[in-house]
Amino acid sequence: MSEVAEMNETVDQADDEGAEPIKKVSVIISKGSLEGIYPGLIMANGARMEGIEANVFFTFFGLDAINKSKNDNVKVSTVGNPGLHLATMVGGLPGMSSMVTKKLAGEMEKLDIPPIPEFLEMISDSGAPLYGCKASVDLFGLDKDDFMPQVEDIITVGEFYDYAAGGQIIFT
Amino acid sequence: MSTATYAGTPVEVDDEGFMTDPDQWNEQIAEQIAAENEIDQLTERHWMVINYMRESYLEDGSAPSIRTLGKASGVPIKELYQLFPKGPAKRAAKIAGIPKPRGCI
Repeated sequence: MSEVAEMNETVDQADDEGAEPIKKVSVIISKGSLEGIYPGLIMANGARMEGIEANVFFTFFGLDAINKSKNDNVKVSTVGNPGLHLATMVGGLPGMSSMVTKKLAGEMEKLDIPPIPEFLEMISDSGAPLYGCKASVDLFGLDKDDFMPQVEDIITVGEFYDYAAGGQIIFT
Repeated sequence: MSTATYAGTPVEVDDEGFMTDPDQWNEQIAEQIAAENEIDQLTERHWMVINYMRESYLEDGSAPSIRTLGKASGVPIKELYQLFPKGPAKRAAKIAGIPKPRGCI
């Protein structure tokens, strides 16, 4: 068999109808920037849209996503973000992060991607529970009242693994 | 692309069973597709979603996002998932006889 034929066979196998479909995912969101939070939310919402069971676990700065006083003011990080193709010094200028965030938020609205608080409400309404990480909540001196009412519970990492049982874990 | 027969009518469908020509659709076809997708009875609330999907597709050539569906169909997101547990946007599109929605949201 030629190398190309072998490769094609591998691709066919990946697309195999007999492959077990994904039934459940647990998404971990660990970063607090806009580009750190959205991918996980899109993965969780997308799972529910496919009828896949999902839950979302917010840890470390990812907690900002569910923090009532912070989640409507999440920004793109413009320093140390090579994807933006901005010179580091320029990225660090005052107001740069707000400006880039505003531009991106406008583009996202055009694509019907909701702001973070509304997105979380949608995901929660879709039947995917949202959880905060206990270690991080303790570390930052927060409690359950600091979070959106959609947050089901503050849980330990052990409980997270219990809730993730039988599914795939996606770390973002 | 292949042909499926719903309610005695042959219709064009894609590999996943989404109708490719919305003009071939009728309500009996919708009921049969629903039954094949684990929805035994289409209630008035299901129809609100299905009709909104069709209107929206026929108007702008694409299926609405789940966000728009929740805001504009008259059925909130929570209920959408109760009506179509296997995923509202795609199942409702299938039953509504429109092509598979391609959006990520």
